[in-house]
Amino acid sequence: MLTAAESEALLLSLRVSLIAVLGALPIALSFALLLSRHAFAGRSLVEGVLHLPLALPPVVVGYLLLVALGTREPLGAWLQAHLGIRFAFSWTGAALASGLITFPFQYRAIRLSLQAQDQRLAEAAATLGAGPVDRFVNLTLPLALPGIVAGAITAFAASLGEFGAIITFVSNIPGETRTLPLAIYSALQEPGGEIEAARLAALSIGLALAGVMLAGFADRRLRAALEA
Amino acid sequence: MTVEIALRHHLGGFALDAAFRVEGRSVTALFGASGAGKTTIVNAIAGLFRPHNGRIVIDGEIVLDTAARRFVPAQLRRIGYVFQDARLFPHLTVEKNLRFGWRRTGGRAGTTYDELVDLLGLAPLLARRPAGLSGGEKSRVGLGRALLAAPRLLLLDEPLAALDATRKDEILPYLERLRDLARLPMIYVTHSIDEVSRLADGLIVLEAGRVAAQGSVFDLLSDPELGALVQAPGAVFAVRVVEHHANGLTKLAFDGGTLLVPRIERPPGTALRVRLRADDILLAREAPPSISANNVLAAEVISVRAGGSADADIALLCGNVKLVSRITRASLVRLGLAAGEPVFAIVKSVTVDPQLGLARGHAD
Repeated sequence: MLTAAESEALLLSLRVSLIAVLGALPIALSFALLLSRHAFAGRSLVEGVLHLPLALPPVVVGYLLLVALGTREPLGAWLQAHLGIRFAFSWTGAALASGLITFPFQYRAIRLSLQAQDQRLAEAAATLGAGPVDRFVNLTLPLALPGIVAGAITAFAASLGEFGAIITFVSNIPGETRTLPLAIYSALQEPGGEIEAARLAALSIGLALAGVMLAGFADRRLRAALEA
Repeated sequence: MTVEIALRHHLGGFALDAAFRVEGRSVTALFGASGAGKTTIVNAIAGLFRPHNGRIVIDGEIVLDTAARRFVPAQLRRIGYVFQDARLFPHLTVEKNLRFGWRRTGGRAGTTYDELVDLLGLAPLLARRPAGLSGGEKSRVGLGRALLAAPRLLLLDEPLAALDATRKDEILPYLERLRDLARLPMIYVTHSIDEVSRLADGLIVLEAGRVAAQGSVFDLLSDPELGALVQAPGAVFAVRVVEHHANGLTKLAFDGGTLLVPRIERPPGTALRVRLRADDILLAREAPPSISANNVLAAEVISVRAGGSADADIALLCGNVKLVSRITRASLVRLGLAAGEPVFAIVKSVTVDPQLGLARGHAD
C-alpha cells in the first residue's frame, strides 16, 4: 500500500511528533502552573515569549535554532562534546523544532484548565491533611487532565504538519529528517512526482483529521468522567 | 479542650478585632449578619487565612502567633471544616471523598468508617460522583468527610445556608445526632437563630468584626438586650420528660415548673431542649382562674426593656430559667410591671427539640 519511502516518512513523522509533544509537556505544565498561580514582575513578557512560536514564521524559529545549536556554534558544539547530544541534521533536531513550534498549544490548554480549577477545593484538601505536593498530585493534576490530554493531542496533530522550522534547522535528509510535509515538498520538486505528493497529502489530511477528532473525543470523555 | 482565639485584621473598610475562648466538647455558635466576620474567623482558625495580628491556641498548641511568626499550615492543624458549598472533589466518588482525610489523618483515630457512613445514611451514595448528588446529600458527604479526618475541632460554616427549608429539616437531625455522639468541640457559623437555639450550647454574637456578646445560649437568648440584636427573642432551656398522660399530653419538668405538651414519644427521664418564643408568652398579674392555656408559670420580672417600637421585652426568672416575654407598651403601662415583681407567664406554645427530629406543638 505505502512505498518504503512513504512509510519511512510516516513513521518518522509519528516519532518526531511523539517526542516533540512528550518533551514539551512537562515544560508547558511547569510554565502553566507558574503563570496561573503566581503574580510576578515581567509576567506578561514571559507570557508573550511563550506564545511567540504561534506568531513567528516557523522559518525564523528554525533559523534561531540553527544559530544557537548548529555544530559550529558554541552551545551546539558544547552539547555535542560534553553530552553527546547533536540536534543539527538529526531527527532529534526535528523533534526539538516541532516541540518548540507546538509548545503554545499545550501551554494554553493546560493553563486554561488550571485557571478553571476552583482553588477552594485545594483549601478543602488542606483541612483534610493534604500538603502541597499531595494536593498537586491528587487534586490539581487529575482535574487538569482533560486539558493536558487535549493540548497534547492538538500539539501532536499540529506537529505532524511542521515544515518551515524543520527544513531550516535540520534540512531535508531522507530517513533522518524527511517527515511527511518534507516528503510532499520533495515529491513536488521531482518531475512526475505529483501522484506521490497527492498520496502523501491525503495521508496527512487523514492523520490531521484523526488527531483533531481524537482530541475532542478525549476531552469530552474525560470531562464526562469528572461529572458523571 | 480549650480553644483561644484573638485576631485583628484590617481590609479596606472592614476591621476585625475579636477575641474569645471556647471550652469543652460543646457546640459554640458564631452568630452575626453577613459581613460580621464569621467566615474570616473560622478561616483563620483552620489556617486558610492569615490575619495581620493574631494568636490561636488549640488544646495548648499554638497554631498561630503572629508576634512569634508562628503559622502552622492547615494540613497540620487537624481542624475539620464543613464548607457551606460542601467543596467535594469532583473527580472522586463519594467513597473516595470520604476516605480522603481518613487515609491521611483519620486512620489512626477511633472514628470508624462504617459507623459514620451508617450514621449519615451515606451507604447508597458511595459509588456516585458529587455532580450527581442533591444539595442535602452533598452536605452529608461534606460532614462525613470532615469527621472521618478525625479532627480535634470541627468548624461548620453555615452548612445549611445553601439548602431550602425541606433539606434543612433533613440535615438538622444529623447535626443534632453528631452533636450528641461525636464528642467533639464544634464552632458553628450561622445567621439563623433557629439553628443556634436547636444546636448550640455557647453563643458568640459578632457585630462588624467585634464580639458583641458571649455566653451560654440559655442565658443570652432570653436576654432582652440581646434579643434586639438577634431579632427574635426567646428562651431556650433543658427539660426532662416526666410522664405521659392518657389525654395525649406529655408532662415536662424544669427547675421553674412543669409544661404540658402534645405527646412526645420519648421515655420518662429523657432530656430535651425546649424553646419559648417571646411572642408566645403572655403576662398576667394574678393567676388566671380559668383559661384555655395548659401552661401557666409563676415568675419574677428581672428587667423591662421598652425599645423604640410599640413592643416591650420583659425578662423573667422562673426557677433558675430565664424567659422573655414580648408584650405591647400599652400592656406594660396597664400592668405596671417593674423589676422584682411577681407575674404569671401564660405559655401559648412550646417548641420541643428532641435529639432526633423536630416537634412543634401548640399546647393550648
